[in-house]
Amino acid sequence: MNATIGKLAANRLFWPVVMLLALFAINLVAFPGFFAITIKDGHLFGSLIDILRNGAPMLIIAIGMTLVIATRGIDLSVGAICAIAGAVACSILLGSSDPSNPATVAVAIAVAVGISLLLGVWNGFLVAVLGIQPIIATLILMTAGRGVAMLITEGQILTVNSPPFKAIGSGFWVGVPIAVVIAAVVFAVAALITRRTALGLMIESVGINPEASRQAGVRARGLLFAVYTFCAFCAAIAGIILTANQTAADANNTGLFIELDAILAVVIGGTSLMGGRYSLTGTLVGALVIQTLVTTVYTVGIPPIATMVFKAAVVTVVCLLQSPATTAAFASWRRTAALRTAGKEMAA
Amino acid sequence: MKKLIGAFAAGAMLLALAGCAPAATGSGDAAAAGPKAESDLVVGFAQVGAESGWRTANTKDIQDSFKEAGIQLKFSDAQQKQENQIKAIRSYIQQKVDVIAFSPVVETGWDAVLNEAKDAGIPVVLTDRAVDSSDDSLYVTFLGSDFVLEGQKAGEWVLEEYKDQTEPVKIIQLEGTTGAAPAIDRAEGFAEAIKSDPKFEVVASQTGDFTRAGGKQVTEALLKANPGVNLIYAHNDDMGLGAIEAIEAAGLVPGKDIKIVTVDAVKDGMQALADGKINFIVECSPLLGKQLIEVVKQINNGETPEKRIVTEETTFTQEQAIEALPTRQY
Repeated sequence: MNATIGKLAANRLFWPVVMLLALFAINLVAFPGFFAITIKDGHLFGSLIDILRNGAPMLIIAIGMTLVIATRGIDLSVGAICAIAGAVACSILLGSSDPSNPATVAVAIAVAVGISLLLGVWNGFLVAVLGIQPIIATLILMTAGRGVAMLITEGQILTVNSPPFKAIGSGFWVGVPIAVVIAAVVFAVAALITRRTALGLMIESVGINPEASRQAGVRARGLLFAVYTFCAFCAAIAGIILTANQTAADANNTGLFIELDAILAVVIGGTSLMGGRYSLTGTLVGALVIQTLVTTVYTVGIPPIATMVFKAAVVTVVCLLQSPATTAAFASWRRTAALRTAGKEMAA
Repeated sequence: MKKLIGAFAAGAMLLALAGCAPAATGSGDAAAAGPKAESDLVVGFAQVGAESGWRTANTKDIQDSFKEAGIQLKFSDAQQKQENQIKAIRSYIQQKVDVIAFSPVVETGWDAVLNEAKDAGIPVVLTDRAVDSSDDSLYVTFLGSDFVLEGQKAGEWVLEEYKDQTEPVKIIQLEGTTGAAPAIDRAEGFAEAIKSDPKFEVVASQTGDFTRAGGKQVTEALLKANPGVNLIYAHNDDMGLGAIEAIEAAGLVPGKDIKIVTVDAVKDGMQALADGKINFIVECSPLLGKQLIEVVKQINNGETPEKRIVTEETTFTQEQAIEALPTRQY
């Protein structure tokens, strides 16, 4: 028994999953119907569905962020790219004669994603070609990007009335929120491409030692371009979901601070900011922990003034549990336990 | 070397002082000479920025009002930065404008620059937002909305709407950004208005950060955790619009199953009110240009305006919204 727990605790995902279950338990106590999922108007309805749907944009960004962080980089510009993508899509829809036409929506999304890809290439250029530190390189777009979004929206909140566009944020496909379906697809594609090929390994090797990987024949430059562009792509998709969800482009608030949530999700999921080994499943759990935390604040009824302190406390606990010191303590406890079991067996 | 720098600094200060003194006496002479012709008046206005549709409407109304009144307006946009606004006010002082008006980006840190204006004898008018200073001689008047009153108006409508109901009325409050003056005051005014009747119960109160996404997400969670809610009171239209979507997603009808009261009356909110999805909106008007002109004229004539002038604001029911919507400017 001890040995099983020990083995589980050794897994990087152990503490994040425990934290997630603990948050679920708190919610269940505060609100007994927490796990109930019903079908309402032909779609799934319940708190867990809300968590998945509201967490989808942040999860999508966190997936891109995981790969960037694995190369020992970071992308602070994702929130600004969200705002730009939303602003571009909405202004195209508003400018068209028929915003409800699915073809118009497709064009709007394609242009928004296209522009975001260019921004990702820009980030990749600064990091890979000019060799600027990623935190500085992406800080440029983080601050300037919102200004660009403000220019596109002319400082206004652009409300669009387009059912196909709205569906991306709050619609359903076979009863499942479309946002969740999109997040699942992005997750699956990222996992397949990086884990079923050598790509993931190369990303990790660039993160651990760029020079050594270059000498081993890994083309670090192209790889960096690819991860920053993919991260911008993720940000654009997330920005479109966020914008569609509120049926309006809000240059000031769309995706505000989402980069920090995404980085936190990656870190809680056990990927080190020092680069190298990464875990997409860990990021998934991390994103769920953060979104459940938000919902917990509402269901438990924590007053807004105390919200930040509560969140900080939970995140601190997760980080402490994952710290190297705690891990080492658990490892030694596990060894002693194993020895004791072995001793008992010998005696028997 | 240090002495040299010291001497320079002292010299610079003397120069600055010398620069101040004549300006003060100069404007004193102007005041003594009686009111100027309105076409000779120059007013400097330092705006916060263009962060929302509300603010843009505010800017446009002020610019239009001055054009109409034939008074020269020097306008600057601080892009939400206090340092920019201080720079703008300093430049107005140097240009010796007749009146300085501004909407402070934040509440504190204005004493120094306002003292400079005072020394130069230029009256200052605060619009829309107040400053937090112990010295209220630094400005002539504060022209803007009374957020507490807005909360009270919302509460009074709720009292009237449910006056025949004997069962408890369950209310969810969507607060603005935690710590922001409108959020604090609108909650206070509302609580004051409904406390007279114990049947009104605020079952949950959370911040939606004045945004649609915030209002939607909070409402989704609160509706599930608090079944049987009758009313949502949102501190602005945007959060109310988010709440509408959450209510619809829960299979309920906004405006009927759950009634909604909001503050602001921007165009999108008025549209929802006209569509019957919101039940009542308390206006928070950005159109204070005309009142600002009045204040400027009073100052020019040597009169003393009231220390606190509340913006002329109304409330809207669904019928009034349908009427007002076609001519709504913002």
